[in-house]
Amino acid sequence: MDGSKAKCEMSEHRLDLNAPVGDSVTTTTCYMCACRCGITVHLKDGRIRYLQGTRNHPVNRGVICAKGSAGIAQQASPAKLTTPLRRKGPRGSGEFEAISWEEALATAAGWLSAIRARNPDELAFFTGRDQSQALTGWWAQQFGTVNYAAHGGFCSVNMAAGGLYSIGGSFWEFGEPDWDHAQYLVLWGVAEDHDSNPIKLGLGKLKGRGAKIVAVNPVKTGYGAIADEWIGIRPGTDGLLAGALIHEVLARDRVDFEYLVRYTNAHWLVVQAPGTAEDGLFARDADGKPLCWTRERGAAPADAIDVSPAVVGEHVLPDGRRAKPVFALLAERFLDPSNAAEAVAERCGIPAATIRRLADEIIQVAYERAIELPIAWTDAYGRQHETMRGRPIAMHAMRGISAHSNGFNTCRLLHMLQMLLGAIDTPGSFRYQPPFPKPPPPAVKPGKARKDNGALDAAPLGFPQAPADLVVDERGEPRRIDKAFSWEYPLAAHGMLHTVIRNAVAGDPYRIDTLLMFMANMAWNSAMATRDTMRLLTEVDEATGEYRIPRVIYADAYASETVAYADLVLPDTTYFERHDCISLLDRPISDADSAADAIRHPVLAPDRDVRPFQTVLLDLGARLKLPGMVRDDGTPRYPGGFPQYMVEHERAPGIGLLAGWRGANGTESGVGAPNSAQLERYVANGCFWRHEIPEGARYYKMANAGYLAWAKAMGFLGSTAPIVMQLYSEPMQRFRLAAQGHGERQPPEAHRARVAKYFDPLPFWYEPLEGSLVDTTEFPLHAITQRPMFMYHAWGSQNRWLRQIAARNVLYVNPATAASLGLVDGDHAHVDSHAGRITVPVALHAGVEPGTVWTWNAIGKRRGAWGLDANAPEGKRGFLLNHVISDRLPASHYANADPVTGQASWYDLRVRLTKAAAPAETEPQFPVLRQLARWSAAMWRGATKGASR
Amino acid sequence: MTMLPPVAPVKLGLVIDLDTCVGCHACAVACKQWNDGGQFGPLPDERAFGKDPLGVWVNRVHSYEVTAPATANAPAKHMTVHFPRSCLHCEVPECVTVCPTGASYKRASDGIVLVDEDKCIGCKLCAWACPYGAREFSEVKGTMQKCTLCVDRIYNETLDAADRQPACVQACPTRARHFGDLGDASSAVSKLVAERGGYALMPESGFRPVNRYLPPRPRRDAAAAATNPAPAPAETLDAAKLPPLLRWLDRVLSR
Repeated sequence: MDGSKAKCEMSEHRLDLNAPVGDSVTTTTCYMCACRCGITVHLKDGRIRYLQGTRNHPVNRGVICAKGSAGIAQQASPAKLTTPLRRKGPRGSGEFEAISWEEALATAAGWLSAIRARNPDELAFFTGRDQSQALTGWWAQQFGTVNYAAHGGFCSVNMAAGGLYSIGGSFWEFGEPDWDHAQYLVLWGVAEDHDSNPIKLGLGKLKGRGAKIVAVNPVKTGYGAIADEWIGIRPGTDGLLAGALIHEVLARDRVDFEYLVRYTNAHWLVVQAPGTAEDGLFARDADGKPLCWTRERGAAPADAIDVSPAVVGEHVLPDGRRAKPVFALLAERFLDPSNAAEAVAERCGIPAATIRRLADEIIQVAYERAIELPIAWTDAYGRQHETMRGRPIAMHAMRGISAHSNGFNTCRLLHMLQMLLGAIDTPGSFRYQPPFPKPPPPAVKPGKARKDNGALDAAPLGFPQAPADLVVDERGEPRRIDKAFSWEYPLAAHGMLHTVIRNAVAGDPYRIDTLLMFMANMAWNSAMATRDTMRLLTEVDEATGEYRIPRVIYADAYASETVAYADLVLPDTTYFERHDCISLLDRPISDADSAADAIRHPVLAPDRDVRPFQTVLLDLGARLKLPGMVRDDGTPRYPGGFPQYMVEHERAPGIGLLAGWRGANGTESGVGAPNSAQLERYVANGCFWRHEIPEGARYYKMANAGYLAWAKAMGFLGSTAPIVMQLYSEPMQRFRLAAQGHGERQPPEAHRARVAKYFDPLPFWYEPLEGSLVDTTEFPLHAITQRPMFMYHAWGSQNRWLRQIAARNVLYVNPATAASLGLVDGDHAHVDSHAGRITVPVALHAGVEPGTVWTWNAIGKRRGAWGLDANAPEGKRGFLLNHVISDRLPASHYANADPVTGQASWYDLRVRLTKAAAPAETEPQFPVLRQLARWSAAMWRGATKGASR
Repeated sequence: MTMLPPVAPVKLGLVIDLDTCVGCHACAVACKQWNDGGQFGPLPDERAFGKDPLGVWVNRVHSYEVTAPATANAPAKHMTVHFPRSCLHCEVPECVTVCPTGASYKRASDGIVLVDEDKCIGCKLCAWACPYGAREFSEVKGTMQKCTLCVDRIYNETLDAADRQPACVQACPTRARHFGDLGDASSAVSKLVAERGGYALMPESGFRPVNRYLPPRPRRDAAAAATNPAPAPAETLDAAKLPPLLRWLDRVLSR
């Protein structure tokens, strides 16, 4: 340094290295996405100073994602609603008047009590990203409407149903890879949303152990980027790839037969009597027990032990019927050359050699690297085992499988592949999380009959096992407004929120009076055909001058696009301001080694005139005198609101929403009397309860005597009978037989062929429906969306920090594809589907397979919504793919949905890209919404001015 | 110009594993919330709900698509790399030596580079000097802001010992971030660097960054399989010759 220049002696400034973070600290559960991580909340001067992951929390083990940290900014969102509102102007105008809670609740109760007296089904109650379905579903049941569901119908029902009808558990949130022992993980279509922190923690563990990670996904972003191998598959062809892997496993005779005959129905006999009512059903003995064929004594109960069951051959039963084992049927199907690698390679976009190599690797890991844990256990038949054998090949699947119209069957194929390898709930493989496994499918059927007190005989959602379980009228026509559990979508176990608005407007199957929605952004990113949905919500019946959906009640904490379409707005609290219950009756936070549940409790008092929606529901229920919500004298049963319900409500004797610290003294787990101090115990324990499965009961849960006894004691299972995984689904065959003309309940003629085709007792692949119905030369590309890891649906854009990471989205195109279309980075393109056009900016991305284009989901916003300025890039530059996704199949009255489960098929989208002149704004645009949150905040401030608060 | 203290034996810094970074931005937002509300804050935002929102972040994540050109034997290979970027707490930080007021300084005891906002005149010389883009100027405050390595956490006796680490490290969901003394060859972070071939960014700049990045591990992909294939289980079946299911007819299975 030049000595002539002045030098500053470096001096260190005074730092307070021991400044306390805040003045108090507590814990709760995050709600920035569906992950339900534990958060430790540091408070300072009555505000949140810092959020960190709760260190010993079973979900996140101390880590916290970008969204979670940004919860502190979310609490300061300008989109928070402040007061109940009643519509003043036309629907969609955003003109409201502020009203009191008493007025709001009296209005709602007035509407609802008339409906309940007339016909409870005229209330359609649909919730969105609801984490309190244990309450909302029960409330709908007590009200007596069949028209209830949450958002699972457009999210995950294919994963839930695909798993629950085959293995009695599922991917998604109810199972996990054995992160500690897996040597090879295949991630099928896993977008980086669900179970985000557990998966990230797990990937870190696998990497540390040197396990191989394979990402099967048309798009390579976060997880794909760190995977050892990215398989850029064409959307909707995962089932073909799985089928080819099954083919290879069979052709090379690398089937874990011992596992199959012990834990699956591979050896169960299937009656071969084409044309009869029992064709394809299991051969059963006089007691109804399925039969198998044994070397020792011919036909025998399939659960007999110490026998040698046949897995192939045709066998003649004592009564003369012919039958084949399940395995024989599946082997015939999948050994067919149509399932060979060469036969599927082109459609999957994956070379046959790669498919065979994947099979080599998977087989090699499963068998040559099998592991043996020194853990003694007893199986459900009383046999002792000194060790637990494991197949260290794990799989996980979600979004990219679920959101296709073939997703249910694809999910079943993935489970079949795992079963053939003996890789379900063994060390190193996929593992169940309690309360799963349950007998496939769970013995819960959708409620449909009304009791004397007006309540439904069961919760509105369930798992049909036969045509008699459908919710249809005597003509076989739908009884639900969304047509779930009808012959059109028989196994719609999560309902079909995506069909409600169109059906209600069309009066198909009937008109409703009131649509009650909770945090379901149907006028924007939660709907397919968003433009139509907005129009339908405002459509007027010319005969009456009334809206075709006469009343819309909407509950949410934030000014989403949908608020403008409500007649009555019930403003909710934020997740820092209310109690919530992450219940084992709903979507629990268990891991494979434990059962766990959790709560939220208010860490801040609301500074607005808002109320927790759950408490509002219970209040409404009491005003309506709904069963279970009032005492015998007619007074409210839960005057303390939802926290009182969380503690005191019992679904069955001793079973309530929370499993921890039950019993008068808080000493019981799972089952026990309500404990008035239960919530305090939760708070003292970090707001969660975790109860470990005994060590010898943590694997082979489906047939582990220790596990089954533990699960029964916890109230998860009704018996300790082993749970037999179903390679072949008899319920599916029952529906198929009905479609073939057998039985008392048969589908209307119009749906026969469809039911007969898709209700195959063995899983199969078919072309996603949109692709099979449009001209794919006209619409040659697939288009998909996924959520960024740092943002979750609409919630993120109101967040001052998260929107700095991304405030606009672009359409990503493979460079080779772009070149063939004359597109370069920064160009604009028209994106046309059979349903419409959007015009959007394009960017090049080599990490997408050439036949697919993609974008981030729900960054695009309607201008004026979410408290954003009208010139915010989310509105002007961002876009939704939803505008070109139809809610119906091309030229069809069927929903754009899986024909088995009704799952919305928004990943089936086919498009054409053409270069476009750069528009001033992305297209389409819609009238700017009124700044509702800011307006209502001003209204509320005006109303409370001078009042002492 | 500001003088540096004698080189301290303790060199606190970060080790960031590019093999496991999924680019989720958890570290960036955790950093934002810790420092926004703490004694080095706020980290101001501009146009928070308007056009072109921006703000001060002292830890950012960039995602790159890297393409290895095709060779005679192999097609072009694309790799996505997520790269978190923050101050590297250089041993010879020019951002400090250029500072005309002594606002920028390097702590003698542990090597952390900090800015004393009371002395900062917002001349931005330090930002020009830093080749890593680690410093962010706040138009709102008129001062320079940067990573503090959470100096107000790592020694903080009001925190549980397990919490005495930078917010970014604690948040990281894949546990790709590690904190420790890179001056101590026996520390966990130094061992990790040795084991995994951790490297400094742009060593040619001569500033001797303390932070280290761990390179992506070799991928076991198609190319790796070609050199070291898993033994292919033999095709045991010639479906053309034999009814395929026959081989299982006499299989003795035990249930």
